[in-house]
Amino acid sequence: MSEKKSRTAPAEVSFEDALKRLEEIVRQMESGDLPLERMVGAYEEGRKLLDLCGAKLNEVEKKIELLEKNGPSGEWTARPLDAAPAGDPPKERTHES
Amino acid sequence: MDVRADTSAAPPDSAAASPKIWRVSELNRRIRDSLEGAFGEIWLEGEISNFRAQPSGHWYFTLKDEAAQLDAVFFAGARRRGENLQWAGDAAPRDGLRVQVLGRVTVYEPRGRLQINVLRLKECGIGELQIRFEQLKRRLAAEGLFDPARKRTLPLLPQRVAIVTSPSGAALQDMLKIAGRRFPNLHLVIFGVRVQGKGAAEEVAAAVDEANRRHRQGAARFDALIVGRGGGSLEDLWAFNEEIVARAVARSAIPTISAVGHETDFTICDFVADVRAPTPSAAAELLVGRKDEFEERLRRIAHNLGLQMDRGRLQCRNRLGDLRSRLVRHRPEERIRALWRERTVLGRDLRRALEAAARTSQQRLDETAAALREAWARRRERASGTLDRLRAQLAALGPDAVLRRGFSITLLADGRALRDPAEAPTGARLRTRLLAGEVASVVVNAEGASRRRHETARADPRQFELFETGSDPL
Repeated sequence: MSEKKSRTAPAEVSFEDALKRLEEIVRQMESGDLPLERMVGAYEEGRKLLDLCGAKLNEVEKKIELLEKNGPSGEWTARPLDAAPAGDPPKERTHES
Repeated sequence: MDVRADTSAAPPDSAAASPKIWRVSELNRRIRDSLEGAFGEIWLEGEISNFRAQPSGHWYFTLKDEAAQLDAVFFAGARRRGENLQWAGDAAPRDGLRVQVLGRVTVYEPRGRLQINVLRLKECGIGELQIRFEQLKRRLAAEGLFDPARKRTLPLLPQRVAIVTSPSGAALQDMLKIAGRRFPNLHLVIFGVRVQGKGAAEEVAAAVDEANRRHRQGAARFDALIVGRGGGSLEDLWAFNEEIVARAVARSAIPTISAVGHETDFTICDFVADVRAPTPSAAAELLVGRKDEFEERLRRIAHNLGLQMDRGRLQCRNRLGDLRSRLVRHRPEERIRALWRERTVLGRDLRRALEAAARTSQQRLDETAAALREAWARRRERASGTLDRLRAQLAALGPDAVLRRGFSITLLADGRALRDPAEAPTGARLRTRLLAGEVASVVVNAEGASRRRHETARADPRQFELFETGSDPL
């Protein structure tokens, strides 16, 4: 239990590492040589990581931004993004200044 | 060949004197000087043959056309500068390659051999862009910018992605469509740039740097960066072959995917990036995992986790039951009971063994006794037979047998048998033993020793009775 506290805070664990750890936990439990108290600990850790991963999947809201530079030395500013053109996909066009 | 210097060196009016005798080295030196003076640096076109790269780094080969050939040498030192070597291949030139060389015609004096020292070598029929591409590629490769060890892996779940591309290009629309379909709640930041024409490379590089600046400052942390555009000609894609773009991508702290043109198009940007995607659509597919697949994977793990926990609990319960029964088996009273049972069994075995042993001994005793008895009986039988025989023999030899035949024995007073008449003087009392009794007598008239006269007196019953004592009553 104490070792779990010393572990990095949940927010810092990446989705990838959490998933890796989850699979390791399941593998350990499947191997069948985990003592009971450690199995309970592993299960609790697994549940937490599952919650964390589930949260990560929905953490970020859908958002699309377009930034363009005003002149060679200007700032990058947001512009509205054109809706995806219907019909034929447009040919590759240059963005002439 | 201009050899005027040599003719002018010999005075025309000294014909009478002996002609000038040249030394070989002197001649070769003069030929070399005049050759180099006459031609200087020239461009020569020909086909490479008999190419040899020496360990020293110098290249030796022959340049030839249909009718003639000339030895050529390209020293390692001359080759070191990149612009002196221009062709599309990566390795050393091969035989058959048509090249143009800039070089100095000279004589290799030790052998007196005509050759051209190459200063610059250029493959024929290769475009200027291609040459620039190869040069930059070689240079950046030498710097280690393409090393596999530099490549970072893409995150499994990118949440914020920067895209550097043309805002009006089809490539962007493809990427938005695919990424949105796979993972709807993505945060995408598009850095709109020109992707071809003059200044495009600088804009792309600036956008890559800007994305990194924002990433570093924490204004918008990006999990990945896509740099790309759709297909086009070599000239259209050229911005992605510029060094400024390559350098910006190389120093990007954000894992970068290069997605330029079609599958067959390779750009310098592709080599420098962490991952090359064949097309912009492919980049979106490579980078953005499918949300539903993640959810499915998590569901599976959750299911497995519960399953394993249940299995673990059951296993523990079983083990607990097993331990309990084993513990009970080892309680003291159980142990004593077990020992008692053991003792009983042992006692019974012992008793049986003793009984068996006793039975065996008794039987042997019985058998021995019987044998002994039998032996004894046999022995007695034999002994009694002997006794009877002896008794019969004894009886046959005894005085009774003589008496029975009618003989009698006369005994003196002292009990000795009378054998000589001299021993029986007159008046001697005698006893005569017969079969049925004794007769007592007195010698009446003894007649010498030689002839004995035995006078038998009538037996006095009293005397008779007197002498009768101790004799057989019959």
